[in-house]
Amino acid sequence: MPNQGKRDEHAFGMSRRKMMKGVAAVLGALALPAKDAPASVWESFFQKNFREMSKQDLEKVLARLEKEYSEKYKKAVKVRATPPIEGVLFGYGLDLSRCIGCRRCVYACVQENNQSRDPQIHWIRVLQLNKERGVDLEDAEQYYNPAMVPERGHFYMPVQCQQCEHPPCVKVCPVQATWKERDGITVVDYNWCIGCRYCMAACPYGARHFNWKKSGLPAAEMNPETHYLGNRPRPVGVVEKCTFCIQRVRNTPGRYTACVEVCPVGARKFGNLLDPESEIRYIIENKRVFILKEDLNTRPKFYYFYAT
Amino acid sequence: MRKIWEFFKGTLALVAKGSKAYYVWVFTLLIFMGIGFLAYLYQLQNGLIVTAMRDQVSWGFYISNFTFLVGVAAAAVLLVIPAYVYHWKPLKEVAVLGEMLAVSAMVMCLLFVTVDIGRPDRFWHLIPKFGILNFPQSLLSWDVVVLNVYLVLNLTISVYILYNLYHKREPNKSFTTPLLLFSIPAAVSIHTVTAFLYNGLAARPFWNASILAPRFLASAFCSGPALMIILFQLIRKYTRIEIKNEAIFKVAELIAYSMFINLFLLGAEVFKEFYSNTVHLAPLQYLLEGLKGHNDLVPYIWTAMIFNVSAFFLFLIPQTRENFVTLNIGCILIIIGVYIEKGMGLVIPGLVPDTLGEIYEYSPTGIEILLTMGIWATGLFVYTLLLRVAVPILTGEFFVGEDGMKAVIVDTEFIRRADHLAEKSYRD
Repeated sequence: MPNQGKRDEHAFGMSRRKMMKGVAAVLGALALPAKDAPASVWESFFQKNFREMSKQDLEKVLARLEKEYSEKYKKAVKVRATPPIEGVLFGYGLDLSRCIGCRRCVYACVQENNQSRDPQIHWIRVLQLNKERGVDLEDAEQYYNPAMVPERGHFYMPVQCQQCEHPPCVKVCPVQATWKERDGITVVDYNWCIGCRYCMAACPYGARHFNWKKSGLPAAEMNPETHYLGNRPRPVGVVEKCTFCIQRVRNTPGRYTACVEVCPVGARKFGNLLDPESEIRYIIENKRVFILKEDLNTRPKFYYFYAT
Repeated sequence: MRKIWEFFKGTLALVAKGSKAYYVWVFTLLIFMGIGFLAYLYQLQNGLIVTAMRDQVSWGFYISNFTFLVGVAAAAVLLVIPAYVYHWKPLKEVAVLGEMLAVSAMVMCLLFVTVDIGRPDRFWHLIPKFGILNFPQSLLSWDVVVLNVYLVLNLTISVYILYNLYHKREPNKSFTTPLLLFSIPAAVSIHTVTAFLYNGLAARPFWNASILAPRFLASAFCSGPALMIILFQLIRKYTRIEIKNEAIFKVAELIAYSMFINLFLLGAEVFKEFYSNTVHLAPLQYLLEGLKGHNDLVPYIWTAMIFNVSAFFLFLIPQTRENFVTLNIGCILIIIGVYIEKGMGLVIPGLVPDTLGEIYEYSPTGIEILLTMGIWATGLFVYTLLLRVAVPILTGEFFVGEDGMKAVIVDTEFIRRADHLAEKSYRD
């Protein structure tokens, strides 16, 4: 393994001071906050699961997080917990005949949702596939890097959270830190997740990502419009995933997700599955759509189709 | 209450006493534990990025060791069955030594899970009432329950038996027998639940095969007893405990049958995947022959195969089974073989290629290896201390004094030179 040496070097090449600092810091924080820690540390330690909080609890938590993030990122950060809109079930369409594999969606998503830039976390993965082989995941290439896309003989399939009706990730979570909301979005409570990564093993779409390291999110690039269950900054050691830009789509009904907005070829469609007049319903009724890994009975609300 | 306190004080005095060999052994373990602890601090400080795990392979060496050790914990207790069936004389000894091994393996399992999770500070989220245990939906919550019950169960039985022997009375059979009998299905269940933990994931075809739980049990019935055979020999060589050859050979025979079933089930799996040749073949191909030039696991799994098959023949043939040289070679081959097969050989191909077809070759970092060694040292440390108390009690060299309170310690050495035990004749 070429990376092995480098990794080891990194692992062992720490200075003694850093080491002692680490020992001191960890002995202090080894699970429990110190006695004289600020009240907010205790509050965050004993914070309840999002779904068990009373309205007052929640307001306190949101205020605490807003204060914490505003100080850290040096701007006025808003943390909302907008509930689902009645009569809305979100659905997504992706036109494979249009997608050119430019990955603008990947980076628009990173910007909108405050993902870590170092190491990079991408909620959207674009697969380059061979036209001859069709949708054959064993043949997919994620790290294609030509001067120009699309490349002859290839087509592109972006994959992100499929917002399953039967999400296997939710079923396996040992502490109910992840669940499906009434509008169909599967969310994570980053303050409740214990980081066991069982959901990552259970997800058939590689949609869940782990914070292996403290999030590297530059203050200047931080998007201050956040949602508790969505794009607020994530702590180290927890899992995160696509939430259909919950901070956008719940706050401003009818607003598109960042990936839909940025797509230069209009390959991405988004709307309310319960509204018969919506574009997503039109697509399902008039185009030939398919879902990924249908045999697993996860029943995604993410529909791939070929419009032309 | 005072009696229990005096007993406890006696055990503390006992574990502090020992021969030079005992001290060397314990301090060696302490050094490894210290190194492992420092590695853990480093990991806590920097995040799990210091491991080789990534989104593609989200479980690695820690969970591999965990899986292997659940098998050891289960099988150590299952040895009670043949002890009953064949009426081995040292039944109590076999039960206590097995259960203590189970306790130590459980401690290691819980440590491996702890070092693997991203937020150990939130462990209390798993405790019902305080947090939310997603029972019965999540198989991981089942595992939390059965592993802890199993740990408590084994501790209870062995401590109860020893405490009574220490007071020179026979343990109450109507208390121990039901618990011992209950520990047998409990042992099966911890390994079955751990298998189901993987088995239930439709996203991972390599694990999503119904043969997985039976394979887990079959291989555990090889590695656990192989470890016990070696421990039995060490214990009877360096302490006054007597264990008959006959019992050891019988265990070896059982290993041969289990290994046959293990290899047969593996063969059935390999046939199904290769003959039907569907998209689900990729992980097995990655494991056995490499995929698209990625073949990190291949040498390991073939080593494991060769070891397991050789050990099967060594244990099948009575001449090699009943020869201590070949017997011990067989045991070591099996321990290594199953460690590879039920460790990395099980966890990694479940995740490679990943669900979107990407191949990320995982091999543990130095930190993962040091931390793992630290946990193994902790397990051995726990087992050593447990034996340090159990062995003198079983041999009647640690007991309550005339006043019914103060502990009497006769055995001040524990690990003795074998020639000091010359008066003992265990070869019958």
